[in-house]
Amino acid sequence: MTSHEDHDDRSGAEVLLSVQGLQKHFPVTKGLLRRQVGAVKAVDGVSFDVRKGETLGLVGESGCGKSTTGRLITRLLEPTGGKVVFEGHDITHMSASRIRPLRRDMQMIFQDPYSSLNPRHTVGAIVGAPFRIQGIKTEQGTKKAVQDILELVGLNPEHYNRYPHEFSGGQRQRIGIARTLALKPKLIIADEPVSALDVSIQAQVVNLLEDLQNELDLTYVIVAHDLSVIRHISDRVAVMYLGKIVELADRKSLYDTPMHPYTNALMSAVPIPDPARRKDRERIRLQGDVPSPLNPPSACRFHTRCWKAQEVCKTVEPPLVELAPRHQVACHFPENAPEPDRATPAATVSA
Amino acid sequence: MTTQPPESFLELRDLRIHFPTEDGLVKSVDGLSYKLERGKTLGIVGESGSGKSVTSLGILGLHKGGNAKISGEIWLDGEELVSASADHVRTLRGKKMAMIFQDPLSSMHPFYSVGAQIVEAYRIHNRVSKAVARKHAIDMLGRVGIPQPDRRVDDYPHQFSGGMRQRAMIAMALSCDPELLIADEPTTALDVTVQAQILDLMTDLQREFNSALIIITHDLGVVAELSDDILVMYGGKCVEYGTAEDIFYRPEHPYTWGLLGSMPRLDREPTERLLPIKGTPPSLINVPSGCAFNPRCAFAGRTDGKATSQVPDLLETEGGHLVRCHMPRAERRSIWDNEIKPMLEST
Ligand SMILES: Nc1ncnc2c1ncn2[C@@H]1O[C@H](COP(=O)(O)OP(=O)(O)OP(=O)(O)O)[C@@H](O)[C@H]1O
Ligand SMILES: Nc1ncnc2c1ncn2[C@@H]1O[C@H](COP(=O)(O)OP(=O)(O)OP(=O)(O)O)[C@@H](O)[C@H]1O
Ligand code: SF4
Ligand code: SF4
Ligand SMILES: [Mg+2]
Ligand SMILES: [Mg+2]
Repeated sequence: MTSHEDHDDRSGAEVLLSVQGLQKHFPVTKGLLRRQVGAVKAVDGVSFDVRKGETLGLVGESGCGKSTTGRLITRLLEPTGGKVVFEGHDITHMSASRIRPLRRDMQMIFQDPYSSLNPRHTVGAIVGAPFRIQGIKTEQGTKKAVQDILELVGLNPEHYNRYPHEFSGGQRQRIGIARTLALKPKLIIADEPVSALDVSIQAQVVNLLEDLQNELDLTYVIVAHDLSVIRHISDRVAVMYLGKIVELADRKSLYDTPMHPYTNALMSAVPIPDPARRKDRERIRLQGDVPSPLNPPSACRFHTRCWKAQEVCKTVEPPLVELAPRHQVACHFPENAPEPDRATPAATVSA
Repeated sequence: MTTQPPESFLELRDLRIHFPTEDGLVKSVDGLSYKLERGKTLGIVGESGSGKSVTSLGILGLHKGGNAKISGEIWLDGEELVSASADHVRTLRGKKMAMIFQDPLSSMHPFYSVGAQIVEAYRIHNRVSKAVARKHAIDMLGRVGIPQPDRRVDDYPHQFSGGMRQRAMIAMALSCDPELLIADEPTTALDVTVQAQILDLMTDLQREFNSALIIITHDLGVVAELSDDILVMYGGKCVEYGTAEDIFYRPEHPYTWGLLGSMPRLDREPTERLLPIKGTPPSLINVPSGCAFNPRCAFAGRTDGKATSQVPDLLETEGGHLVRCHMPRAERRSIWDNEIKPMLEST
């Protein structure tokens, strides 16, 4: 993934992770009896494949369900519906004992380098914990294995006996990454791995993730709200809005020819670090905030903020369909679509 | 001890804000000078902990009565504020100057409705009835894009989403049309689409009232869009200052180069690698000797040993563009043109 040319296409590689119609509805309860009065549809029918060695980026605004998706894949949360298939095994409802060996292969990096490390444990204990939990014996002892990993992520092996508070944010994030690497996972789900870090430190961690991917042949699902970081690091990108994927495409097609109005709005909202561009910029101004996932808008969930919305958008949900090679969009009136005049809304065709 | 009042609307002269702590003296702001005119926007960028917020709180007089040791001068519209009494500076807050704080939750009171807080802020400077002030509050909430402001005015802060809370904060800060508005990371916690709304709003209001605006952010995109001038801070000092064009098209300080290289950009073909700054931000207690940036600087070796022994001065290179670095100007320019710029643009 560090090579950014088009031969980067991994479409031939084997599918490592397949997510099918994934749903997570959090019940909303009321009163002493905790009667259910509704549900937050945090993730509502999400499907994608991730191939071996590739990086899938998940972007979208706060509350769209990115973290929940990550937690469902790693089974930190129990799905309400849909399937998670890892290396051909359906792990959606696998029991805790059967899932344990798979946990080695699938690891999660968390957003907050401050709270995700236990302050009372040394770096050695933190990074070595996965070995102990999984009962794994290493050839030259756990300490040597841990020190090798510390070196791999750019930390000094002599830091083995130090505590998290003695490290900077970027170093703490490296400790978090070292911990996930301990058991040589195949898939890493990283939830906002750099957003809590200073710009200069962000770049160090991004480069580290790329180097590790090359060295260890890792597959990543990276969750972030920063479109520039996601473009830099991903091979394919999924854009989420209110619990659904609205667009999914190879990096280049997504950024060069975004089709969903929401994707277009997101990209046009990113401030450009070039003073010459401020005069001639035309920005798509979206009105209002993201609606509540408790009562999402009907049919196309973006219709309350979309400047292209028509009657059909409120009544017929647009399916996620492939409008260009490896470029899926869920919209009745997409931008940049290959046919110059898409007179028929997608849903009337497929309904 | 004060010198002549300046011509400029806002001028800081050699401002120092130091905090005595158990571990030693924290030199959060260590000799900062700049000017700002009405109607203009100054962007301040820099590493976390470089003194950006402490400087702004200093201008608002919010360190007064604390343990901070403050020296230097802060001139606002002909008045010197470092030597002024806390009571006097308090009367200037709201109308003369106002601030949008980094964390909107901590700066709104949870027990009072959003409207009541705006009414209160407005009535300090305007002798009007509660009813008139309330109408003004509704008006301000509407202008910052809160839907149905006449109904939401009685809501409490926790009933607002993050983006709405930030907008309410802005409504409060703007309710008295401040002549100087300091916005400290006003959009960092917000989504990009909401950020775009807020930035548009701030520039609209600035144009309308011809106020001076200071915007503090780590987002180089935000500064590029808003700023006339940009100040880059590192370790409590200004390391580079210039117009937005100086900083983005001909930066001369290695730290500024590092910031630009660390940032992936949507407006260019993706580069193969980001070019991070190595190492971590400096301690403000044991500031590295000489140039504070030297332990992280790839060019420290090119300054005949001065980098570690002598603090470089902030010197003018051309037309108001200031740089704090020992390297000769010709060398800095040649490094930017031949080494840094091509790498940032390579695909
Ligand atoms: N345990 C929970 N109980 C109830 N609702 C939840 C729970 N966890 C998440 N949610 C809700 O589900 C929705 C999606 O949350 P999620 O954390 O996945 O969003 P996100 O895309 O990661 O957002 P952010 O960018 O802010 O991290 C939100 O509305 C959130 O409030
Ligand atoms: N009351 C205080 N006592 C001691 N040290 C303080 C105090 N207030 C701030 N500091 C220190 O002063 C330094 C500058 O802090 P400041 O908040 O100005 O940073 P900043 O540039 O705004 O950073 P950020 O980008 O993270 O907001 C920090 O090292 C901080 O820990
Ligand atoms: S389906 Fe309609 S409302 Fe939804 S994004 Fe497309 S045009 Fe907009
Ligand atoms: S003075 Fe030396 S160490 Fe400091 S920025 Fe210039 S070259 Fe780097
Ligand atoms: Mg999240
Ligand atoms: Mg700050």
